[in-house]
Amino acid sequence: MTAAIELIGITKRFPGVIANDDVNLRVEPGEIHAICGENGAGKSTLMKILYGMQPADEGVMKIHGEEVHFSSPTDAIAQGIGMVHQHFMLADQMTVLENVILGSEPSKYGLIDQAEAERHLRAVGEAYGLTVDPNDLVETLEVGEKQRVEIIKVLFRGAKILILDEPTAVLVPQEVEELFRNLRELQADGATIIFIDHKLQEVLEISDRITVIRRGKTVTTVDADAVTAADLAELMVGSELPSPETTDSTVTDEVALEVTGVTVLDEDGRAAVEDVSMKVRRGEVLGVAGIEGNGQAELIEALIGTRDPVRGRVRLMGQDITKSSVRHRREAGIGFVPQDRHAEGLLLDATLWENAALGHQTKPPFSKGFWIDRAGSRERTEEIRREFDVRSPGVDVSARALSGGNQQKLIIGREMTADPIVLIAAHPTRGIDVGAQAEVWNDIREARANGMATLLVSADLDELIGLSDTIVVMFHGKLVATLDPNEVTPRTLGSYMTGAALETSAASEGDVVHGGDA
Amino acid sequence: MNTGLLRRVGLAVAAPLVSAAIAILISAIVLELSGSDAVETFRTMIENGTKLESMIDMLNRATPLYLSAIAAAIGFRMNLFNIGVEGQYILAAFVAAVVGAELDLWAPLHVAAIMLTAMLVGAAWSGLAGLLKVTRGVNEVISTIMLNFIAVGGLVAGLLPKFIDDPTATNQGTTPIAESGRLPDLNSWVEVFTREITKGRQLTGVFVVAIIVGIIYHVVINRSRLGFDIRASGMNPTAARAGGVPPKRMIMLAMVGGGLVAGLVGMPEILSDTNAYDQGFVQGLGFAGIAVALLGRNTALGMAFAALLFGFLDSSAAVLQVSNLASSEIVVIMQATILLVAVIAYEVVNRIRQRDEVKRAAQLVEASA
Repeated sequence: MTAAIELIGITKRFPGVIANDDVNLRVEPGEIHAICGENGAGKSTLMKILYGMQPADEGVMKIHGEEVHFSSPTDAIAQGIGMVHQHFMLADQMTVLENVILGSEPSKYGLIDQAEAERHLRAVGEAYGLTVDPNDLVETLEVGEKQRVEIIKVLFRGAKILILDEPTAVLVPQEVEELFRNLRELQADGATIIFIDHKLQEVLEISDRITVIRRGKTVTTVDADAVTAADLAELMVGSELPSPETTDSTVTDEVALEVTGVTVLDEDGRAAVEDVSMKVRRGEVLGVAGIEGNGQAELIEALIGTRDPVRGRVRLMGQDITKSSVRHRREAGIGFVPQDRHAEGLLLDATLWENAALGHQTKPPFSKGFWIDRAGSRERTEEIRREFDVRSPGVDVSARALSGGNQQKLIIGREMTADPIVLIAAHPTRGIDVGAQAEVWNDIREARANGMATLLVSADLDELIGLSDTIVVMFHGKLVATLDPNEVTPRTLGSYMTGAALETSAASEGDVVHGGDA
Repeated sequence: MNTGLLRRVGLAVAAPLVSAAIAILISAIVLELSGSDAVETFRTMIENGTKLESMIDMLNRATPLYLSAIAAAIGFRMNLFNIGVEGQYILAAFVAAVVGAELDLWAPLHVAAIMLTAMLVGAAWSGLAGLLKVTRGVNEVISTIMLNFIAVGGLVAGLLPKFIDDPTATNQGTTPIAESGRLPDLNSWVEVFTREITKGRQLTGVFVVAIIVGIIYHVVINRSRLGFDIRASGMNPTAARAGGVPPKRMIMLAMVGGGLVAGLVGMPEILSDTNAYDQGFVQGLGFAGIAVALLGRNTALGMAFAALLFGFLDSSAAVLQVSNLASSEIVVIMQATILLVAVIAYEVVNRIRQRDEVKRAAQLVEASA
C-alpha cells in the first residue's frame, strides 16, 4: 500500500541548530498518526516543512507515492493537506461562514455566492459530523467550537490529510472528548490525520501509530496498542541521561528565595501555576524540569514581578517581595536571564553599553543619581566583554550586530557582574552554539560557588542534570516531583514530565516526594 | 575604519539631501503642469528667503513648530502616538490668555505665570489621555483625537464668548494681556550682528524658550535615566519591563511631559503677537508638529532643521501669493513630498546601516578569532 505521506531523510538547519536531522516518517492512508516529542524536539519545524511553510534542506517528501516540492502552503493545500494551527486564525467579528470561505470564496458574477457557500459548508459539516451554525459570530463561540470551525475551514478546501498542531492544548477535558469523537468520524470517512502532541494519555487514546521525535531525529514508530505511557515517556526523554558533573556541593543552609503556595493565573483566568512552593538556597541550583507550557513561564513572571500571583508569597532573603515592583526586585538582587533574548532581554537597536545597563540603570556604574553615567557604563561593558568573551568590535555597536551566542553572553555577563543573590535563568543556552553553551554553564557554576542561588528553567536535560543540585518537575502548573540529579532515571523523569506518573503507578520507583518543598 | 566613518556620515547626509532633491523635482513638475514658471518660483523663494526680514519671519514660524514637534516626539520616543498636541496647545493658550489678562504682576513673574498656566493646562489635558490609557487601556490615538475635538470645538468655542473683550470688534477675542505680561522681542539682539530690522518684523522672545526646551529635551532623552527608560520602552517594551521600567508610570510621564511642552506652542501668539486669544488664533500647529517630528527623526537637532525648513516654506507661501507667481498651495505640496520621500529615504538608509554594522561586527570577530 502506498503511504499517504512519506518523508525520507528530511533535514532542516537553522544557524547554529539542526532542527530536523534525517527525519523519516510514514503515514498510512486513513490512520491517525501521532507525532510525539518534547518542545524543541523539532515537531513544529517538521510540520512547517510538510505544510510548505519552510523548505527542507535535504530529503524527499512523497504524497501518495509521488514526490512533491512545496514552496508555499498553497501547494500543500492543492495536494489535499490542511493544517489546524494551535492558535486559531479566525476573525472574531465575522460569522462562521465568512471565516470558512475567507480566501476561497465561491463567486458568481464577481460577487460572493452566499447560497453556494452555505450549501457547501453544510455539506462539509454533515459529511463529517461537524455541527456549527454558519451564521454565528465567531466571537460568541466556545473554544471547542472555534476549533471545529478551523477544522471545517480546512475540509472546505478539500483537505484529505489533516495536520493538527497540539489541538488539545486549549481545550477542557469535555471538549477533548468531543474533538476525539470528531476525529474518529473524520477517520471513518477516509481522512488521514497527523496529530502533534506531548500529552501521552491523549496520544495513546486517539492514535493508531505514534512516531517519537527527540532532538530533531525520529526515534521510532510504534503501534499505540503495544506501548504504555511510561514506555513513551522514556522514548521521549531518551534512554541515557547525562551524568551530572561531579562537583562538590556548594549548597548552604541560607534560603535565598522562598516561594510558598503561589498560584498564578494566565490570560484566560485559568491557573497556570497552582500552589507552588520551593526554596532555593545560596550556592544551590534548583532545576525546574517540565515540558514547556506547564506554567514555567508564568512562575518566572511571578518571580521577577511582571505578573501578580493571586495567592502565595515570594520572599528574597526573608523579605516579602510578593508585591514589589520589578525594579525593586532587581535592585534587591534578582538577576534575570529571559528565555527569549530578542523579545525580553535586549534593545536590538541600542548600543551594547545601553543593553548592559538595561535592568541595572538605577545603580552605579551605570548611573549617578538622575543621570546615566556613560563613561562608567562603557567601562563596565568593556569589562563584561572581556570577562564573558563577548565577541564584538566595541561597546558602541548595536546589539543587533552580534551573533546569538554573543548576545546571550552579554546578557549573562550583565546579570552576573551585578552580583545577584538569586539568578532566574530561563533556557539560558537555547539557540546558541556549543562553545558559548559551555561558557554559560561555567559562568553559572562559578557564581554558584560564590553563593549565588539559581532557579534554572530548562528543556535541555543535559543542562538540567549537569547543573542542578536538585530537580523539581512541573506538570500542569504544579510541582509533581523532587528528584536528585544523581539518581534520576529516564523513566521517572519522563513519566513526571509527561504526566504519565499521575495515571500509572508503574513509575513510582526512585526517590520521589510529592509536591513537597524543594 | 576611516572609509567606514566616511560612509556612515555620507549615509546620514544623503537621506535629507536626496529627499530635498526629489521634493524639488516633484514640485517643479507640479508647478509646470499648473502653468507656473518653476525656475522663477524657486528663484523668488530663495531671493525672498535670504532677506533679513524673511528670516525673522521664518524663525517666528519655526518656533511654535519646533515646540509642537518636541511635544509630539516625547511620546513618539516610546511609541506613544500622542496626536493631541493640537487640542492641548489651543486649550492651553486660551486659558493662559484669560488668566494672563486677569493678572497684574511684576513683568518677569507675569510672563512666567502665563507660561506656567499654559504648560499646566497642556499637561492636564494630555494627562487625561494618559490616565485613560493606564487605567482603562484606551488607545491614546483615539483618546487624543477625541480630546482635540472636545478642547477646540467644545471648551474653547463654548467659553470664548464669555470672555470677549469687545463684542463689536470684527475679530473678537479675550481681553489683551497688560504690558507686563508680554515677552520683549529679540530684535535688539539680532541687530547686534546685522542691520536694523524693518517692516515692523519682531523676533518672538519665545524663540529663546524653544531653544532652551530643545536643549532640555536633548539632555534628558540622551543623558538621563528617565530618558533611558523612555527610549528603552520605545525600543522594546517587554525587555524594558523585565529591566524594571514601570510601563504605566512611563506612559503617564511621557503624556504629561508632552503636554507641558505642548502648552508652550501657543505662546508666541499670546506673549508676543496678539497678546490675546481671538478668533484668528492660529490652528493646525499640533498636526504640523507631528510632520516636523517625523522629518526630524525625533532628535532635537533634526527637528530644529525640519522646523526651520517648514518655517521657510510657510514664509515663502505668503510671498508666492503676493507675487502671483504660483499658488501658495505649492508649499503644502512641497512639505508633503519632502516628508514622504524623507520617511522612505530614512528607512532605506537605516537598512543599509544595519547591514553594514552586522557585516563589520562579523569581520572583526572573524579577524580576532
